[in-house]
Amino acid sequence: MTVNLLLAITIGVLFASGVYLMLSRNLIRVILGFLLAGHGVNLLLLSVGTYDSPPIVGEATGDEQLSDPIPQALILTSIVITLAVSTFLLAMAYRNYTVTRDPELADDPEDDDEFADIDAGAGDE
Amino acid sequence: MTWLLPMAIILPITGAALTLVASRRPRVQRAISVTTISVQLAVEIVLLLQVQNDGPVVMHIGGWTAPLGVTLVADGLSSFMLVVSTLVSLAVLVYAISQGIADREVGPEVPISIFHPTFLILVTGVSNAFVAGDLFNLFVSFEILLTASYVLLTSGGTKERLRAGAPYIVVSLLSSLIFLAAIAMIYAATGTVNLADLSVKLAALPEGIVAVLQAMLLVAFGVKAAVFPMSAWLPDSYPSAPAPVTAVFAGLLTKVGIYAIIRVQTLLFPTGSYGTLLMIAALATMVVGILGAVSQSGIKRMLSFTLVSHIGYMLFGVALGNQAGLSAAIYYVAHHILVQTALFLAVGLIERVAGTTVLARLGGLAAAAPILAILFFIPAMNLAGVPPLSGFLGKVGLFEAGIEDGRVLALILVAGGALTSLLTLYAIIRVWGRAFWRPMPEINALDGDAGALQTESGRSLVVRRRVQRDAQRRVTQEKAAHLPIGMVGATTAVVTVGLLLTVFAGPIYALTDRAAASLLDRSIYVDAVLGAGEPLPPGSPPTESGETPAGSTGTEPAAPTGAGG
Repeated sequence: MTVNLLLAITIGVLFASGVYLMLSRNLIRVILGFLLAGHGVNLLLLSVGTYDSPPIVGEATGDEQLSDPIPQALILTSIVITLAVSTFLLAMAYRNYTVTRDPELADDPEDDDEFADIDAGAGDE
Repeated sequence: MTWLLPMAIILPITGAALTLVASRRPRVQRAISVTTISVQLAVEIVLLLQVQNDGPVVMHIGGWTAPLGVTLVADGLSSFMLVVSTLVSLAVLVYAISQGIADREVGPEVPISIFHPTFLILVTGVSNAFVAGDLFNLFVSFEILLTASYVLLTSGGTKERLRAGAPYIVVSLLSSLIFLAAIAMIYAATGTVNLADLSVKLAALPEGIVAVLQAMLLVAFGVKAAVFPMSAWLPDSYPSAPAPVTAVFAGLLTKVGIYAIIRVQTLLFPTGSYGTLLMIAALATMVVGILGAVSQSGIKRMLSFTLVSHIGYMLFGVALGNQAGLSAAIYYVAHHILVQTALFLAVGLIERVAGTTVLARLGGLAAAAPILAILFFIPAMNLAGVPPLSGFLGKVGLFEAGIEDGRVLALILVAGGALTSLLTLYAIIRVWGRAFWRPMPEINALDGDAGALQTESGRSLVVRRRVQRDAQRRVTQEKAAHLPIGMVGATTAVVTVGLLLTVFAGPIYALTDRAAASLLDRSIYVDAVLGAGEPLPPGSPPTESGETPAGSTGTEPAAPTGAGG
């Protein structure tokens, strides 16, 4: 297996920018970040296999070098999962927007019943 | 009877499909999901007995032998975890159904048509994780259960649930990405993702590479298991979900992470590397978690912190790595699944009776709802490790293993564990004393008429307060008497099974001992998977160059591992 420097840098940049975006409170940015980082991991999976030899079609004859189908199978699964999760994330972001009229997450811990009691319980000791 | 093994996955996923089809018929949905999980539980008990008698059960899906195909493996640990998890799922399902029926009389809170399929998918993911014989299948099952958990956690789509659910989702996504990257690198290094095959091939790799791979896996699983410092997401997200959802999450999801850590540490990395780091993480998880629990003023949040804290005990057993430690850790996992679920179910009942789980507003529940008080008290004492309950037995087992180990750090951990146990008792007693034992607080009884009180004399004020408090108590008693039978019954069932874990501690400890022994003797697992393969299907013999035809890989991507890159 050869190491492709360009691919390695691409994966690193994708992962870094993905994680950076996922740290945001804006759900749309989170989705974009997840997609980027997901692509990074998929590329990592792709780079694991041999991508310069012919695919396996039918039965191999002799000792010719064929590409390993496993990483591709793993990527397929991973893409499907990414699709499903991003669908859910989009639905969640939309729901959050309809509830709060704000693409960012609400930050209102006083709404939480379990936080509110800190004030309520203050005079009760 | 190998065919029993995939039934643990096929049954709930089929049930999920059927309940989705029947989404407009709640009664049919309920019948399907209860039946499926009951049958699944029966199958898994048979499987457990079979594994106890004959050793690990292995199935190669589609006849593709390991390490090529998807392999399902049930050894002592897996089959035990399957039974405990499905038992808890069944109880929670009954509780949720009962709550759902009762809630619909008032107004729908949980969209019922979504709940059943999602819950069954969650159960599928958990079962699949326990029997997965390769890392990628483990990843897929994590994704199945996580995606289901996202839906359950944000069900209803209210502002609070979205706020609480989003951090959980983002953290889980990130840990999944790390897990997937780890799988990619492991495949690059070894050319396989099959656990049994990996346990052979990883030994040939340079030490540094193995350390990197192990660290990536531990981080990915550590986030899922809520190991400090990757545990901050848990107490923030769990309390806002509906009671049954929190209960099943608290019982099962973190334990799947612990299971994965146990599996990977024993099978893939038996050298005990990172043992010291794991011990420090275990200590920090225990102490930081319980300090968080002590400072909480709401029951749900307090319980979420104890959940994090007690993860440390299980990690402690894994970090020790000796047979006594592993055995106690497995026993503790079972104990903790049952106890945490029981407590969260009981808290759901408290919320129903008293209308709140905030300590400052609770009081007098022991008098108003004695059955509820018992249902809370038993698992609470069990969690705190009061003798002779199973929490005590599990902790004693861990401490014995720590002393047997003899390292200074292990002894510090034993001390830390004892301290955590005492602090758990303190946190629990605080809840008990405030919510159950003291009289009803007056701030509730005097709501809204502060103006009228100013004109009253002291004497009539006392009388008025007493009358109002009596009225309040009657309301609570009324509500306690009308708790749905399914909710109380399900909680009682989980509490009882938790007690059975104490009564039958001898046989169960013997079982976990055997499971731990077979974890340490890796050849049992490896031989069962690699040696007992069924023959390849006709027409697809391995070719001379060692390449294998890829007939099924394109359409069944979760699959196999190659003969070489």
